[in-house]
Parts: sequence; structure tokens; C-alpha cells
Amino acid sequence: MKVVIPVDENGKTVCVAFARAPYFLVCDTQADQGELMENPAASAQGGAGIKAAQFVLDTGAEALITVRLGENSAQVLQEAAVRIYRSMDGDAEKNLDALKKGALSELTEFHAGFHGRA
Amino acid sequence: MKKLLILSGKGGTGKTTVASALISLSGARAVADCDVDAPNLHLALKPSGAPERRDFIGGKKARIKPLACVGCGECVKHCRFHAVRIRHDTAYVDEIACEGCGVCQLVCRAHAVRLLDDVAGELTLYRKEGAFSSAELKMGRGSSGKLVTEVKLALFGAAKNEPLAVIDGSPGIGCPVIASISGVDLVLIVAEPSVSGLHDLRRLCQTAEQLRTSVAVCINKYDVNEKKTEEIEAFCREKGLSCVGRVPFDEEIARMINESHTVFELKGAAREALEQIYQKTMLLLQEPS
Amino acid sequence: MRVAVLSGKGGIGKTFVSTNLAASTRGSVYVDCDVEEPNGRLFLPCESAASKEVCIALPTFDPQSCTGCRACVDFCQFNALAFIGKTPRLFREVCHSCGGCRLICAVHAVGEQSVSVGSVEVGVSHGVQVVTGEMNVGEASGVPVICAALAEALRLHSELTVIDCPPGSACTVTESISAADYCLVVAEPTVFGVHDLGMVLRLIQTVGKPCGVVINKCNGAFPATELLCREHGVPILARIPYQKELAACISAGRLAVEESEEIWRIFTALKERIGGAV
Repeated sequence: MKVVIPVDENGKTVCVAFARAPYFLVCDTQADQGELMENPAASAQGGAGIKAAQFVLDTGAEALITVRLGENSAQVLQEAAVRIYRSMDGDAEKNLDALKKGALSELTEFHAGFHGRA
Repeated sequence: MKKLLILSGKGGTGKTTVASALISLSGARAVADCDVDAPNLHLALKPSGAPERRDFIGGKKARIKPLACVGCGECVKHCRFHAVRIRHDTAYVDEIACEGCGVCQLVCRAHAVRLLDDVAGELTLYRKEGAFSSAELKMGRGSSGKLVTEVKLALFGAAKNEPLAVIDGSPGIGCPVIASISGVDLVLIVAEPSVSGLHDLRRLCQTAEQLRTSVAVCINKYDVNEKKTEEIEAFCREKGLSCVGRVPFDEEIARMINESHTVFELKGAAREALEQIYQKTMLLLQEPS
Repeated sequence: MRVAVLSGKGGIGKTFVSTNLAASTRGSVYVDCDVEEPNGRLFLPCESAASKEVCIALPTFDPQSCTGCRACVDFCQFNALAFIGKTPRLFREVCHSCGGCRLICAVHAVGEQSVSVGSVEVGVSHGVQVVTGEMNVGEASGVPVICAALAEALRLHSELTVIDCPPGSACTVTESISAADYCLVVAEPTVFGVHDLGMVLRLIQTVGKPCGVVINKCNGAFPATELLCREHGVPILARIPYQKELAACISAGRLAVEESEEIWRIFTALKERIGGAV
């Protein structure tokens, strides 16, 4: 199963932001290595949450692990049936292991958007 | 970090004045001015040191290359914001009306349109004593919500370990207000006892309710119209909102701001009222949201 | 003559000046462009007012015709579209209603639907034709409602049209003053007031309209305000005194020109000075 995790510049630490994370780690529960991809929404003028969520859909991922998530992103992911998990403390690798063991809980609370609109 | 936002709905109720009093009384070192149209808090607080400044990119604006333009008028026809006009057979863009949607570029047959980053304002961050984050939006711009968000993010980034952040908001109920409400623990509304004040208070409360945020209310210059003050207090009871205090009209308060004094130099009933508002607001902030 | 009344900072007296200016001329038009918090009609209540909805056009997507090429999603500068499953999905708060997605679709799969964002109300009060724009709570931008209110006001013929503007200097304000012949700036003799007056005068100079200043809540000279006006070459057309009775009158929602001889004289003189300048 493909999984996406937003990460910091170092490519390892889970980023506290989703839509504005600098990179996304696209990994697979069946494989060892993940692929580090630039987040196209990081410097978006507005609608960053929507653009970032679109990116996740386009990777074909079935799950997202994140610290928090905005309403718009959540709507996109839920409509596409992508599972959303709450990240635990630690780096991306630790979270992926936890997901494989079924130790991560689903994220059910989403915050209001930060309003990039005119 | 607990985040307190001060709003008013109607302008001129004393939002910035009350905000600066609360900042002094609480000793808060993390402060933001989110009234990006007309930022005034720095005039009351006088932050020291040279601030970090950076440009704020709001969106894009279209620019037409006059020599490439063939004057066909397709851009004028399709622009929904009346931002493109023809003069001497050449099209040009009204920078203020342009929303950067790219439609003119899409319909242009002569490749005469460019979409360029628009510097829509400037962010300032003072870091000498705690952090004071502010910004000013360039005139006619429409990205106030986004700029408000950047002001808040700059503050939270620079003052991560502070226990309390006080944010001075903007008037109205639109985009910049909605953006400022996001993620705060408590909104304190400074209301004015007048027909306009009560009318605007209702609309602001409706906005905050839609965003599921806790609201407290205080009444400024309450003795100008005690009947209206009672109506506001009744409204708060009806909506289950905490009324944290009422400040009498006092010319000393205006002088306090104009002569750059702090609330500590204020005496009498107005001072007591501000202290009470401060105490009650802090208690509400400690409650779990 | 179309006079826009603005102030930069809120609460200085825009609505006080505009409603009283309008009320001092029979048959004038008063249009409230402060669509987030319209207060003018509290002072000029209309018995029977006609209301019209203000709508914007939002895109709709036909799943039958959509080929999934995503040209619309890629085009949108505001990232208002996400492609989920078989069709694009709109996030309306982020949409600017520019019509671009509809234009770019090669198979005409994008249509439009009309969505209400506010209303414009027209009525008569105290001999004034009152036009009020009101934005629906929760909408991000009042600009479409302001445009509709102004369009309605300009349809009514009158010797004097007073445009009550929103506070600030953002797109809502520039939209409100776009149709004006003259800008009347209301200033307040305080430190905050001077700062924001400077900002508004720069805005007006950028758009190139003639302007004058009214100092409200005036209790003697405030040198900083007078100096700023001199520096900008802008005349001070009136000084309205701060009076507790006046504040009480306003807080109760009453028109000062109908209660005070002095205020009536001030506004009549103000109107003449503006007329002379236009």
C-alpha cells in the first residue's frame, strides 16, 4: 500500500504542516525505500490545502500520515477514500512502521482553512 | 501557547486601545497586529529595535506588453473584473482591479500577456523584546486573509515558547477577520453601546459561531448609552457569551494613547474596569477549549 | 455629484457624515458600501424597501462530458479545483468566479450556476433614497455586493449621491470610490487617526480623485492632522465638535442634522464647499 507523509527539509522528520510542507515522502508498506518529492503547493498563493491533497491523490496513495489537516484537504482525501492517520512523535520511518503494525489511530479532527483568498 | 484575539465588528470601538491595555497588564511578549489594512498597534506599543522586513507576495497580476498587443479586445470582453481596458487601440490592465486569474492570457492570440508575482504588502517582525508581528497591505489589494495568516505564522514561529499571544484584529466580518479567528483559543469582542455597535456585534458573533470559536464580550464607553449597554448584556446572556466587563468613557484613555502612556498610568474607574476585563479574560483562556 | 466618504480607520464617523450629508439634501441618494457591517439604514430606516439578491456565477462540471484532461484544474490560479474520481470538484470559498475553467474546457463540460452572496435593498427615508448593500455572513469578499449596490445607486438620478465606504484601504474601498467625483475623508484628531489619514490620502492620490477632509470629534486643534493636510495640499472643509449630546444622539440611531441647528449649518456649509470644489 502506498503511503504519503509530509516531511521537513531533512527528509526524515514529520512536518507539522501538511499543505505547506516542503517535501512529501511517498513510501510503500511493501518496500524499503521511499521517494522524496517536492510539494507543489508549498508556495501556492491560495488553496494550498486543495493542491497538496490533489498531489496525494495523484501518487495513487491509499493513506496519509500527518500531524494535522485542514478542512479542504480532508474533504478531497475523504471523497477519494484515502485513509488519514494521526502522526505520532518521531520520524517518518517510525510512523510507517507503526502504520504497518496497525498502531496509528485515524485523524478525525480537521482545522479551518487559513484563507488564502481575496 | 494560548492565543487571544481582539475584534470589534464595528470600527472605532476601542479594540486596539483595549488590546494594548491587556498586553501591558498581562506582560504578553508575543503580539501581532492583524489589522493589515490600517495597522495601529505599533503606535500604542512602540516596539524597539530595527524590525525584519519582507515583501508579501499576494497573488499575481496581469501585465500586457503594449508592442505585442494587436488591440483585438478579447481580453476586455472576457475579464470578469473590468480590469482590462483599451486606450489608443492597445489593451492595458488596471493593477488594482486585476485579480490575477489568467483569463486574459488564456484568450490572448498575440501572446501579449504576462502573469507576474504581485508584491501586495510588507511584513514586519520586531524581535528585540519577545516578538511583535505586523504587516501593511498595499492599497486596493485583495489578499488580506493570506497576509493575516502570514502575520500570525511569523509570530508563532518567532515566539514558540511564549505562554500567551495577544492578537489585535481588524474591523468587519470578512476575509481578514475569518483568517485571524482560525486557531485562536478565545475571541474578545470590544463592543460599543450604540445602535450600530449592537448591530455589528450580532453579525460578528454569527461569524465566530460559524467558525466554532469561544467568544467573550466587553463594552467600551458604556456610560454613553446605558440602555444600549443593557441590551448588549442581554444579548450576551441570550447567546451564552461571557460578558467580562464594561469600561466607562474617560478622556484620559485617549490621552493615554496620544501621549504614549501605558495603562499603568491610568487611574480610577476606567483602570479598574480594564483590570477586571484582564482578570476575567485570563480565567476564560485557562479553561480547556 | 457623487461624493465618496471614507476614513481608513474605522469608527471615525463615515456613516455619521454620509447619512447627515445625504439627509441635508432632499432627494439625494445614500448608498452604503460597507457591506460587511452596513449601518446607514439604522439612521435612515425605510418603511418598505425592495430587496434584490446579489449572485455570483460558480462553475459546474458535467461528469458525462468530462474527459478527465484536467486542463481546468491546472489552469486555476487559485487552486479551487480538485480532480477526484471522474470529475473536478469545486471549493467555492477559494473560487474567484473568473470563468477561466469554462473557457479552457475543450468539450464544454463546464457550466455555471448562480449563487447568492448578499443583497441590495432600496427604499426611502427622511427624503433620501437609501441603497444598502449587505454581504451574507460567512462570505469572504464583499466586492460583488459593493458593485451591485453602486450599480443600483447610479441608476437613481439625483443632484447628490453619497457613497458610504468601508473602513481600510483594500479592494473593497477602491471599488467603492471608483465611481466617485470627489472623496471626502473623515479624520480624527488622535495618533491612530493621523497615521490612517496619511494612508487614505495616499490611496486617493494614487487613484487621482479630488478630495477634502472633515475633522470629526474635534476639541481644539490637533497640529499633526492640520500639518498632514497641508503637506498633502488637501483642504479642511469642516470641523465637527465632539459633544456628549451628539454622541448620545448617534448611539441612539438618530440623525444629528434633524436635532441640532449647529450641525445642520455645518453640513449645509460642507455641501456647498464640496460643490464648489467639484
